[in-house]
Amino acid sequence: MSTPAEALLPSEAPFWKRALYWITHLLQTQWRRLVLYVPFAWLLFFFLAPFFFVLKISLAETTIASPPYTPMIEWIDEGVMHVRLVIDNFAYLWEDDLYVNTYLNSIKISSISTILCLLIGYPIAYAIVRSNHTTKHILLMLIILPFWTSFLLRVYAWMGILADQGLINDFIKWLGFEPIRLLYTHTAVYIGIVYTYVPFMILPLYANMEKLDWELLEAAADLGAKPMTTFLTVTLPMTAPGILAGSLLVFIPATGEYVIPDLLGGGNVLMIGRVLYNEFNANIDWPVASAVAIALLLVLVLPMMLYQHVQGKETEGK
Amino acid sequence: MNNGKRSIFLLSTLAFGIAFLYVPMVLLVIYSFNKSRIVPIWGGFSTKWYGELFRSPEVWDALSLSLKIAAVNACFATILGTLAGLALVRFGRFRGRTLFSGMISAPLVMPEVITGLSLLLLFIWLQDVIGWPSERGFTTITIAHITFSMAYVAVIIQSRLAGMAQDLEEAAQDLGAKPLRVLTDITLPLLAPGMLAGWLLSFTLSLDDLIIASFVTGPGSTTLPILIYSRIRLGLRPDINALATMIILVVAIGVILAGYIMLRQQKQRELDQRMTAE
Amino acid sequence: MAAAPDYTDRPWMDPDAEPFIKVQSVSKHFGDFTAVDSVDLEIFKGELFCLLGASGCGKSTLLRMLAGFETPSSGSIVIDGQNMNDVPPYERPVNMMFQSYALFPHMTVEKNVAYGLRRDGVAGDEIRQRVEDMLSMVELSQFARRKPHQLSGGQKQRVALARSLIKQPKVLLLDEPLGALDKRLRDQTQYELMNIQERLGVTFVVVTHDQEEAMTLSTRIAIMDAGRFMQIGTPTEIYEFPNSRVVANFIGNANMFAGRIIENGPDHVIVESKQPDCEFYIDHGMSIPEGTKVWVALRPEKVHISKEPAGDGKTNTIKGMVHDIGYLGGSSTYRVQIGGGELVEITSPNQQRPKEAKPPIDWDEEVYLSWEPSSSVVLTK
Repeated sequence: MSTPAEALLPSEAPFWKRALYWITHLLQTQWRRLVLYVPFAWLLFFFLAPFFFVLKISLAETTIASPPYTPMIEWIDEGVMHVRLVIDNFAYLWEDDLYVNTYLNSIKISSISTILCLLIGYPIAYAIVRSNHTTKHILLMLIILPFWTSFLLRVYAWMGILADQGLINDFIKWLGFEPIRLLYTHTAVYIGIVYTYVPFMILPLYANMEKLDWELLEAAADLGAKPMTTFLTVTLPMTAPGILAGSLLVFIPATGEYVIPDLLGGGNVLMIGRVLYNEFNANIDWPVASAVAIALLLVLVLPMMLYQHVQGKETEGK
Repeated sequence: MNNGKRSIFLLSTLAFGIAFLYVPMVLLVIYSFNKSRIVPIWGGFSTKWYGELFRSPEVWDALSLSLKIAAVNACFATILGTLAGLALVRFGRFRGRTLFSGMISAPLVMPEVITGLSLLLLFIWLQDVIGWPSERGFTTITIAHITFSMAYVAVIIQSRLAGMAQDLEEAAQDLGAKPLRVLTDITLPLLAPGMLAGWLLSFTLSLDDLIIASFVTGPGSTTLPILIYSRIRLGLRPDINALATMIILVVAIGVILAGYIMLRQQKQRELDQRMTAE
Repeated sequence: MAAAPDYTDRPWMDPDAEPFIKVQSVSKHFGDFTAVDSVDLEIFKGELFCLLGASGCGKSTLLRMLAGFETPSSGSIVIDGQNMNDVPPYERPVNMMFQSYALFPHMTVEKNVAYGLRRDGVAGDEIRQRVEDMLSMVELSQFARRKPHQLSGGQKQRVALARSLIKQPKVLLLDEPLGALDKRLRDQTQYELMNIQERLGVTFVVVTHDQEEAMTLSTRIAIMDAGRFMQIGTPTEIYEFPNSRVVANFIGNANMFAGRIIENGPDHVIVESKQPDCEFYIDHGMSIPEGTKVWVALRPEKVHISKEPAGDGKTNTIKGMVHDIGYLGGSSTYRVQIGGGELVEITSPNQQRPKEAKPPIDWDEEVYLSWEPSSSVVLTK
């Protein structure tokens, strides 16, 4: 079937015109493929493929070379291919207590932070949803505004507040007490993570609560349920998807956090993100850094799949 | 009454939450005017740090690099993210859908150290095999940013598309518009606000990124976050506070402006509603 | 010799007429679920045809297949001699008016109405003229520059109508056109729709769940249930000559009595019923053997209610007691309890103005119900 474009085209048309028609024709018939293939290809190449490199290097050995790892495939002498893969790095991670403890510590910190974010974020999201139209927008804007300012600088702000000569200690000294150690402690890291990630908890919760039918609460009350019962048996289950989404959105990235434990935790708080960064930059031990990354991925793969599942329900249900 | 108690609880949580979010930023601003070099110790009011900031070439260089990267990133990420969102919502089931869906939502939660490391390894391998990128910096950072920004744009577009009834697209088809036409005449114009939101979000994320940029950058390409971070590691300094204040100011103006525009639109919509009363 | 019958008003009765829309053994399956189950339909040019049914009966799916938004799982659709299989919606000579109106929110009324013509490549001047004409036909000329969110429900509907008619389609499909309107607007719009249809001569296919709408608008109605047609006919045919209990109960109300044929003659049929204890004498013959179990449907308005006994006390009459009265001003609906405890519904116009504000027949009064031999309908299913 000839296209209208071709029909309009005299066969002696100049090359550029023919090319233009050909391109427009291609766009008109193949545009669906383009819509899909372009982002797909980009992600395959720049998101997925890199992980294979991480995997490959995690199975290599460190050497003094540039790049500082042994190549996977080597050609020796008469075209004999020598493949070198070692799992030493993973064994090293497993055997050295430091790494295992750091992983566990990271999970512990991100879990507790997630719970704290939930405790703070849930009432806030609830309050926003229940307010009137204009207030709602203003409040949302207030919640989002910090998010648009530099995350780095806001963590820095906490350094100033928690420092030994910082604001809080100033206040404590003014009250007449001894200053307390806040900066470079676990507490500081918790404060930092919660501070940074609480909007990530509030927004999915808000999105979920917005869509709910609040009349159900009134119906429950009408049927004789006390406020606490209503909350536990109606509100909580209804907002469960939002809670799940928000928690995953906090837990997963928080586990791999680097900046906050670095600036607020100093050397005292070991989180896996810092370990990775240090192995890579300070020790120039790329294979181990890669192994750390792969191990972290393995730890997080189940929560990530869970998140994917929750997100999928949001879009595929339409 | 119970409602009263609940309102007080909610109100106080809200107040506490907002205070919690804003007090640190307010303090940043205050201390930017601190005469004393040692941040927590107030030495009097002074604007000298702003002067130093403006006179510092590294700051300007870093700022301009970050802005360039952010702008390019936002444009590409919006395009790619919109395409991805369209495919996921409007194309039904296709081969590789689960993979695609996974790849587009993973960057949202993936720890930055992992993305940064993996991309760097990719770039090194590429350099090895085809000689490009020969230098890491603007291009590599932008590519990295596009990769995670498009995920955010895709989420926004997906939610907007899902909320858009297919009626309109069917009506256009019914009136003679071929599917591509429907896309350009109906879908994209209606997605425009979402695309704008995506652009702004991508821009901000890029401007703010530290980890990924530090992994994939090369010598000579210092983005603003990298600059700030290296200065912070040297200790608390008021010129950073000054920079912070400037950023907060710009963002606050932007947000207030956006809010004002939205309020105006709201007023207009209300006027229109009154107009419809026959 | 008798004059040739005139079928202009009833083309479906003409054995020589070619249907404008032919639906042949069309089915649509969604996985395990069958939305439309091998239906056949013939719609003639100029008809205002209604697909009537409850939610989920498949009428919307069938409409969408006519529009081209769904492809039949099997069967074919032919419109004006052209097979529509593989013809996408943007190439069909069919336009649709959506239930939600589907007006493009980012375009003015003018642009909305002009959209179809633009896609056809019609010249700008001609577009302007035709849009102007169409807008004045639907009385929306002064709203040309407005956007959809600045219009009321009724105005939006007229824009949707204008937009779908301006391309002079061979068939116009309407999906629940009056659903979103309040009662007053609905009545007004009903007549407007019928007028426009007659004026333009376009074949309309309307999907609705509202019986009143279907009865008022249509030339013919197809009642649909679970993906199948139960009966296709004119409003009168459907109402007075239902082919099953389901159809009889679907349109309006019907009193249903179970019974047996005890006498079947060339010009009459007698059905004996135990509940109520009476005999139904029907004044036409039927080809159903004696002894068959049947049902008799009796419409409320066909029953006469009186305090005096009527007839021989056994044929086409029952005695009962008034259980409920619904006074509607112009008419009253009585629910009368008869022998076995069932309630029979009677609708009676209040033709006489009473001397005092008292109902002519009161609660708990003993009354006699009677009806004509032609009033009952015998149903075998």
